[in-house]
Amino acid sequence: MSDQAFVPYMERTRLFYRAQGFDKDYVWAHFETTPFLSPGKPLKDCVVTVVTTAVAHPEIPKPTRKAQSIPFTQAPAQFDTSELSWDKQATHTDDRQSYFPLEVLNELAGQGFIESVSRRFHFVPTQYSHRATLSEDAPSIARACREDEVDIALLIPL
Amino acid sequence: MDIVTHCKVPRYLHNDLPLGNPLGTPYDRKTQIASVLSALSLAAGAKQSVVEISDASWTGSPAWKENYNKVDETNREELLRLGEENRRKRAENKALGLSRQPRP
Repeated sequence: MSDQAFVPYMERTRLFYRAQGFDKDYVWAHFETTPFLSPGKPLKDCVVTVVTTAVAHPEIPKPTRKAQSIPFTQAPAQFDTSELSWDKQATHTDDRQSYFPLEVLNELAGQGFIESVSRRFHFVPTQYSHRATLSEDAPSIARACREDEVDIALLIPL
Repeated sequence: MDIVTHCKVPRYLHNDLPLGNPLGTPYDRKTQIASVLSALSLAAGAKQSVVEISDASWTGSPAWKENYNKVDETNREELLRLGEENRRKRAENKALGLSRQPRP
């Protein structure tokens, strides 16, 4: 573990947007109690997928983007991450495996560590609107996961 | 860490790295593989909600923790300009009708 304190992202974000002249602080969506469900089977029998905020189809204008379920075979070699708020001073996203672990998952499936990698991965847009995320994007991804008989979804936002 | 714990997620693996490389520093395959293995173990093995902090660490300058979205006298004007640009762009998008349509 790092010996430094974790970055206080909520406070940092509030101050950052206040400095940009926005007078209303962002309110993060949150559960009242933590949801929890176990897959109920060993890892070697689990189908695994990935949910990412990296953009596979940047040609769709940002304000109109919705959740998408995309075959892993159509995952771009390089996603578009330019509009996401990662730390552009400290690092880069040129290495896809630093945020999208398809190669590792394929290897684990080949070794029998997991049952398989699901047919599709899922894009979730970073949305200001709680309603869009909670009542449209999340249910859309959950439906697709059920269709693909997914047991474990790894949410890996940038 | 603070946002995710505020949201209350069932399982969370924290890598204390700059945003952008949640699985590990670019090209650090060892950490990237370890992250996936730890996340899968949490998903299949945890009996209750859990936050796990990995031993992954940033090998570059530690200044990233101070610098991310920092506001100080050197960038106040630039941030105000960015805010204005952001508001102008939103207004433009609205005028063009660029917004999400509800799913049918």
